[in-house]
Amino acid sequence: MLNPKLKLNPKLFSEPEQVPIRKGFGQGLLAAGEADPQVVGLCADLTESTQMNLFAEKFPERFIEVGVAEQNLVTVASGMAAMGKIPFVSSYAMFSPGRNWEQIRTTIAYNDRPVKIVGSHGGISVGPDGGTHQALEDLALMRVLPNMDVISPCDAIEAKKATMTIAKTNKPSYLRLLREKTPIITTEETPYEIGKAEIYWLPEVGLAEVGIIATGGLLYRALLVAKELEQEGIKIKVMNLSTIKPIDSETIVALAKETGAIITVEEHQVMGGMGSAVAEVLAQGSPVPVEFIGIQDKFGQSGTPEELIEHYGMGKDAIKEAVKKVMKRK
Amino acid sequence: MTLTDTKIKELELKANAIRQSIIEMLLEEKSGHTAGPLGMADIFTLFYFHILRHDPKNLFWEERDRLVLSNGHICPVYYATMAHAGYFPLAELKTLRKFGTRLQGHPHREYMPWLENSSGPLGAGLSQAVGMALADRIDGKDGSRFIYAFLSDGEHDEGNTWEAIMLAGKNKLRNLIAIIDRNNIQIDGFTENVMPLEPLADKYRAFNWHVLEASGHDFQAMHAAVEEAQAVFEKPTVIIAHTIPGKGVDFMERDFKWHGTPPGISDMPGEPPKEKQGELALRELRTLQGKIKSEHE
Repeated sequence: MLNPKLKLNPKLFSEPEQVPIRKGFGQGLLAAGEADPQVVGLCADLTESTQMNLFAEKFPERFIEVGVAEQNLVTVASGMAAMGKIPFVSSYAMFSPGRNWEQIRTTIAYNDRPVKIVGSHGGISVGPDGGTHQALEDLALMRVLPNMDVISPCDAIEAKKATMTIAKTNKPSYLRLLREKTPIITTEETPYEIGKAEIYWLPEVGLAEVGIIATGGLLYRALLVAKELEQEGIKIKVMNLSTIKPIDSETIVALAKETGAIITVEEHQVMGGMGSAVAEVLAQGSPVPVEFIGIQDKFGQSGTPEELIEHYGMGKDAIKEAVKKVMKRK
Repeated sequence: MTLTDTKIKELELKANAIRQSIIEMLLEEKSGHTAGPLGMADIFTLFYFHILRHDPKNLFWEERDRLVLSNGHICPVYYATMAHAGYFPLAELKTLRKFGTRLQGHPHREYMPWLENSSGPLGAGLSQAVGMALADRIDGKDGSRFIYAFLSDGEHDEGNTWEAIMLAGKNKLRNLIAIIDRNNIQIDGFTENVMPLEPLADKYRAFNWHVLEASGHDFQAMHAAVEEAQAVFEKPTVIIAHTIPGKGVDFMERDFKWHGTPPGISDMPGEPPKEKQGELALRELRTLQGKIKSEHE
């Protein structure tokens, strides 16, 4: 059942509203800008599609258009942060942090400046634009940087909360957004804290025998799988791991100790991403069998989000198969 | 602020002392860059002892001018100048690049929190300075302090530098002043062979900058250029400072072999034997005693 303590969307399994995660960022940035005059926004010619336009229209004097220049985007933001500003920089994740990784490393992470890097259009669900525009490596690129927090919200509401929260952390942060509409999973009342993983689905009675850890929009599919497999008598817990760094080792290890089998689900290369981060925790804290749902060392291609998620093995059937496989490995 | 003859004399002596510190640091460490630091010693001296609004006793003074060093590899001159200006003890200069030092091989804010930026990878300093000037404009402070960016000529090979030049021109950042160390050398040779930059002044003009040129070893000329830059209201200004790499030590001047090589570690064709290099360099600097300008120009 859905964890009743978390006040999740009551319509989750009956045609939930669909909203792009990036929209939540746009609303969150506007709210953060209203709350703190030091918040500034910088964009590299993608203001509307990264949803920074809400902020730019309300606060034109605090918005900097840098043109198609992602290296400049982050280094200029570092300079603004040095003067006390709280810069949010947005582009497609493939270009930022894809193209400007060294500038982020040196002038933001190494420099320890509180710039908020917002990578929209993460994952394979970018769809028809094809492989060049589908960021499948961004979580890995960002989580290897000291000082950097890495956040991948599951829906637009969580993205809004995450945006408003990182505006106050005084740390470099990476926020990953998705392009396509995804179901609303949480509500305004759902608790949100950076670094805290929450169990969204749990058995009505007794212990779970499999733990699914998901990040981003695919969390919805993981929840559908848990509900469907409940009918077959399989007891599952599903975790929303929206903060990938700092990682909530305690909650992850507790889930592994309870279930003895873990599946990770992400729209990202399985190498280096959220699944790898979980495996690093488990190898030290509670070594159990793990199955990794994600992109298996391939580039994407054009297609609808649904077609691509199915083709690259991240759909419901693939998750169900992984559940059965990992249970046999216990 | 007027630059008197007496003050120039003082600056010459100070620059000479800073050059000696640079050679001593490099001799002690046996790694690091030589030519660039010697070539920029006069400009660093002019800034830290005459131009910059800063307070070595209050390093985090909010209203200070900001100096962004983009080409972090010339940090021996940066560290030596800061030590001579009272930022930290002169004795600490001998720890350059050694384990546990604050004087990292390339500057790092974690170890010297008063630095405006960490640097080393080229091409990212000007854009950080642009960000600072943009922030000042938002805060209405662009009339009360200056953001100086020290750049190398070689790092104009980097696309990021040109992105910053474009954005600064677009935004007419009046309190941004870039100083280019135009010494014509980079690791692989002369800049005009590796990747021609000329006509550099015309390029900046085309990007809507105010452009000045001066000898980087002539205190009066550099000072006048900075004063003009400060007076320009509608554009960012770049001062192309013509410098002699290795300035002050005859056998090092204008020779790209000394870009990344310290004295005392290698015998090179046409150079003094390695065991003599440090002694010769220091003797030359000591005997000149502040007369560098008159003897070399």
